[in-house]
Amino acid sequence: MKLNRRSFLGASAAASAMLAAPQVLGQARARVVVVGGGAGGATAARYIAKDSDGAIDVTLIEPSRSYYTCFFSNLYIGGFRDFASIGHSYGTLAAEYGINVVHDWATGVDRDARTVALAGGGALPYDRLILSPGIDFVEGSVPGWSVAEQNAMPHAYKAGSQTQLLKAQIEAMPEGGVFGMVAPPNPYRCPPGPYERISMVAHLLQQINPTARILVADPKAKFSKQALFEEGWNKHYPGMVERIGPDFGGENVEVRPAAMEIVIDGVVEKVDACNVIPAQKAGRICAEAGLTDGNWAPVVPHTMASRMDENIHILGDATDQGDMPKSGFSANSQAKVAAMAVRAALTDSRMFPAKFANTCWSLIDTDDGVKVGASYEATDEKIAKTDGFISQTGEDAALRKATYEESIGWYDGITSDMFG
Amino acid sequence: MQCFVMRIQSLLACFCLFSLPSAVLAQDLGDPERGADLWGQCSGCHEIGEGAENGIGPHLNGIFGRRAGALDDFRYSQPMQRMGADGLTWTLETLDAYIEMPRALVSGTRMSFPGIEDAGERADVLAYLRAFSDDPANIPEAAPTAMPTDHDVDPEILAIQGDPEYGEYLSSECTTCHQSDGSDSGIPSIIYWPEEDFVVAMHAYKRELRPHPVMQMIAGRLSNEEIAALAAYFANPDD
Repeated sequence: MKLNRRSFLGASAAASAMLAAPQVLGQARARVVVVGGGAGGATAARYIAKDSDGAIDVTLIEPSRSYYTCFFSNLYIGGFRDFASIGHSYGTLAAEYGINVVHDWATGVDRDARTVALAGGGALPYDRLILSPGIDFVEGSVPGWSVAEQNAMPHAYKAGSQTQLLKAQIEAMPEGGVFGMVAPPNPYRCPPGPYERISMVAHLLQQINPTARILVADPKAKFSKQALFEEGWNKHYPGMVERIGPDFGGENVEVRPAAMEIVIDGVVEKVDACNVIPAQKAGRICAEAGLTDGNWAPVVPHTMASRMDENIHILGDATDQGDMPKSGFSANSQAKVAAMAVRAALTDSRMFPAKFANTCWSLIDTDDGVKVGASYEATDEKIAKTDGFISQTGEDAALRKATYEESIGWYDGITSDMFG
Repeated sequence: MQCFVMRIQSLLACFCLFSLPSAVLAQDLGDPERGADLWGQCSGCHEIGEGAENGIGPHLNGIFGRRAGALDDFRYSQPMQRMGADGLTWTLETLDAYIEMPRALVSGTRMSFPGIEDAGERADVLAYLRAFSDDPANIPEAAPTAMPTDHDVDPEILAIQGDPEYGEYLSSECTTCHQSDGSDSGIPSIIYWPEEDFVVAMHAYKRELRPHPVMQMIAGRLSNEEIAALAAYFANPDD
């Protein structure tokens, strides 16, 4: 194996780790702290460490030792992936890229002192901070539901034990039972996600409980890839999915987890398993650091820097940035722009124009994949869409299969782009 | 490349991304008889005409209008099947691009043939092939002189020295899908490509000759300099 920059960096980082805290050495290495080890944070940490040739000390704070991707978690529910296949560790980022991976919760930011407080005690100083905390739920957005009692009606919108729980509850449904879903209002993580989930639940039920029904209460009149999903549901799962939109009271919903009931516009429906996806907001630390305007954290498109604090960059679902959907692909794309901008600010590396892209693949049934995507550019006002495409209804089976296979290739691509 | 020498560097050629096929302009309709002579380069792998069967390569009867990778009884490479699934159909234009440099149009094709540089020779071979297609409906009646048979990228574009550092930054957009270690399941590998192949392939997406909505979108917004920068980086990403 030839010595490339990565293995060189890994070796030098291992050496400095043995000498413990780098600041003891008296070196003025710039310090970047990244909060959140998902598609935004892990990517940003890896790109800064990879491209700065050791000039920047990178610390990644992430509570989970194993990260389960939200993208493809629906495929686990449908039976197309096993759970382990959507799990990833931070071992490569630590060992090969020299990133200090701290498994803890970041509980607050002191913007004047430029430190991040940890739940386990202590504070980490930074020159630049990157926040990629994902989403939290708006309490009270679905009356009767609360995070404290999330296990009776799982959200399964942060992948992990919630996803496993939801799948187990679907598998335990009685014959001919009802799966309920409360879909979220805009804007929310992964616009096609709830509808891919409906497809995957339908696929699972068709195998194990073919007379079961799916009842969806949806506050939105329209949703992502709607024509494609509805065509697929009619084709693959005829009569199984009933979606109640706002014209029939789909926005007027209450849940009763103890009784396993959902009340849609006053009508009580008994459900045997229920997925509640509440309204969403930026991960809590953004608001606590005073970086939000409403539910989301506004950013400067050219650099992903917070509009409130030029030393803090914010990525992914938590941001208010313009036209990009909240997706892992978007967060990964934004992370590279932020990494470039942070390196340019802290070292003498070059500043390049920001470019963004997103593609969201969804699986409707076996070998029936669809996608939607767009490219974006930074304007002073927002990240603005420049071009886009979407799969068409009526596409032939070969193209749909190729699209699905492409999504598997993308999964391997983005996860190695995030975790090395 | 000899065909470049003859190219008229007109204002119009500068205006277009792909300059006019001036090498072809100098010739008449592709000559099927000369094509029959050139067919010798192909016949080691391909059969054509009555009773033609698949060999190392698929038979080429009725190739015009056929979707790429469409013969049921031939085992195509994965990349060729993928291009067919993505919508690549063999027309005079796409066949011309393919036989000019097979791997630039279909990365990873098993067709181990470097390609025919000379546009006139390609027109001759295609004139020969088209005699074995029953359905020439999509083949223009006009002589190839009026058709864009030459998909060569302008030599001025090919001559751009890419900035590999800019290419490395831009490459981060590619590696969301294309793995940096060259793995190619579901999505092709793009590392260690000769720079010219990379530039030709990206311009083929930009011109929407190569089918695939993501790649057409990504290539569509890259400038000539940016494509050159990416080619320079991916030619040797370890540097």
